[in-house]
Amino acid sequence: MATTYEAIATVTVGSGGAANIEFTSIPATYTDLLLRISARSTRSGVDANELKITFNNNTSNYSERTLRGSGSAVTSSSFTSAGIANVLTNATTSTASTFGSTDYYIPNYASANNKSVSADGVSENNGTAAYATFDAGLWSNSAAITSVKIQDNDGNNLAQYSTATLYGIKSS
Amino acid sequence: MPTTYEPIATTTLGSNAASIEFTSISGSYTDLVLIVTPQQVTLGEDLALQFNSDTGSNYSRTYLCGDGSTAHSNRSSNSTAILLDHHGTPPTSGSFGVDIINIQNYSNSTTYKTTISRASTGDSQPAAVANVGMWRSTSAITAIKIFCTNSSNLKTGTIATLYGIKAA
Repeated sequence: MATTYEAIATVTVGSGGAANIEFTSIPATYTDLLLRISARSTRSGVDANELKITFNNNTSNYSERTLRGSGSAVTSSSFTSAGIANVLTNATTSTASTFGSTDYYIPNYASANNKSVSADGVSENNGTAAYATFDAGLWSNSAAITSVKIQDNDGNNLAQYSTATLYGIKSS
Repeated sequence: MPTTYEPIATTTLGSNAASIEFTSISGSYTDLVLIVTPQQVTLGEDLALQFNSDTGSNYSRTYLCGDGSTAHSNRSSNSTAILLDHHGTPPTSGSFGVDIINIQNYSNSTTYKTTISRASTGDSQPAAVANVGMWRSTSAITAIKIFCTNSSNLKTGTIATLYGIKAA
């Protein structure tokens, strides 16, 4: 039987950090994609910062609504952005050696429909600034997704030891 | 090596339909994962689940929803289905939502059955919904029906895929 849940590729950021992690030449042979990230931003002076993912190097036609808990409050916001760009991950003033965990589920990524994204992310911190974000995203573009780029939303680097794995899921 | 995560069945609607149903679900898995990318013919209606053709008032759910301006939560008890989405405003017609529904320990005959799900409603301004549901029955789940509230149809192109996960 063909493998249902398959690791396509994984990247770990090396010494000095990296501006982005990118998966290219994604085959259209799966049904859905799951992008699983463990990341820390090098943005200074903050406990957490947003990750941004973009498809096919396209920076337009993204929209999101978020549901976010901070440990003391829950908020919801809406965005039109240059990517799916509002899930928080750990940054430099958060607890050392702590990386945020985020999943992006992208169903029917190779279809000719607009692309919905369901994302869950946490930036845990042994302190007052920790966040859990649930993000409903949409890329209003009918092109099949062939590449995914992961970046810090403000242009900072992803820290060494940040990792991302792209999984393909087959429905048959 | 035995397969851990296995597709059981998938349905893609070639025309509008009242529901998608998975029947004769094997009890050989540990957990189920149901992935639905829906669009409702009557925009704004909610996606819903029933198990084993039970249409009685044996379901409940609690949701947490972000609609882009406010976060809110509500619950329903003694319902005739588990409602998954929460449409504050009708979604646009060009996009399909995504519902990821986890059903743990679905095949035991001891416990009530619970679901945990995430929904992104696929609007141009989508809503983010986290949902927990319960079916007050100790029966093993052998059938799952996916449909819309208020008799809305599911639209052509809606896809539902059921996966089984084995713990060993």
